[in-house]
Amino acid sequence: MRRTLLFLPFALFLGMGFFLWRGLSLDPSELPSALIDRPMPAFELAALDQAKGQYSQEDFKGRVALLNVWATWCPTCKQEHSYLNELKRKGVAIYGVNYKDERDKAVQWLVRDGDPYMLNIFDPEGRLGLDLGVYGAPETYVIDAEGVIRYRHVGAVDQQVWQTLKSVMLSVGWQEKG
Amino acid sequence: MLRIFAGLLLMLTFQLGNAAIDTYEFNDEQAQKLFRSLTEELRCPKCQNQNLADSNSPIASDLRREVHRMVQEGGDRQQIVDFMVARYGEFVLYKPRLTVSTYLLWYGPWALLVIGVLVVFLIIRKKPKQQAQQQVAGTLDGQQRQRLDELLASNTEEREQK
Repeated sequence: MRRTLLFLPFALFLGMGFFLWRGLSLDPSELPSALIDRPMPAFELAALDQAKGQYSQEDFKGRVALLNVWATWCPTCKQEHSYLNELKRKGVAIYGVNYKDERDKAVQWLVRDGDPYMLNIFDPEGRLGLDLGVYGAPETYVIDAEGVIRYRHVGAVDQQVWQTLKSVMLSVGWQEKG
Repeated sequence: MLRIFAGLLLMLTFQLGNAAIDTYEFNDEQAQKLFRSLTEELRCPKCQNQNLADSNSPIASDLRREVHRMVQEGGDRQQIVDFMVARYGEFVLYKPRLTVSTYLLWYGPWALLVIGVLVVFLIIRKKPKQQAQQQVAGTLDGQQRQRLDELLASNTEEREQK
């Protein structure tokens, strides 16, 4: 019994070592979303394209889609923009939330670099962003057909991130086209 | 002329003391106190280790504005805390709430202290027992002592002969 007790510090060391090793690959600034598996928060905001009127959370129901929070002042959004265009070509539905931005600049940006969004919400005060728990652009959410939030990714969307997003979308009934 | 120029240049630096100072007005002192204590207890979601009161980031000033709005509307502490946690998760609280998942955090140190005291106590209890045993072994009766002396004597003789 004595002998086994002597190994206790070593066992503790192994245990700690394992957790510390795992910690090396964790990102401490990444916040888990508090809204996973909760419905899209209710809102009523104008469309970026003023001609399209108002949108509400009801407009987010009916299909599995991505929700991308973006802004023209955010350099990472510029980086991911071309990839979003590609996703649109693949047939992925993407909703956009233009977060704390200026309307003209946003419209210009889309004209210049392409518009991958099915619809775009103008959120100049960040109200919807606050309700979603957005803490930095860009953020991309997976929304299922009932308007329930299933996943959040903070940061640019690229090939690798898309694989994760795709698997979440497939698990909630998305059908890949072509 | 140069002096005027230098003076103007100096005046530019006055703008740099731009800390997280928003001016908010409150209905009463209680509201102001609530605002202050909440912004000191809520963590800025983006800045890792600053509270809302200290942080300069846009999200922090948005959240300060929210807290101010809710305080002005008469919300109480619990409501505002719940609002923030519903959107940003438990991370946003500097004082974690007492739920099943935070038992380890709150009670862990006390549990370790109790275990430590227990271990020390057990060790102390063993010590006097060991000493008592040694004392008992140390007392030999007269006959045994004589035998011991004989043995020691013969041992020393052998050594001297060598």
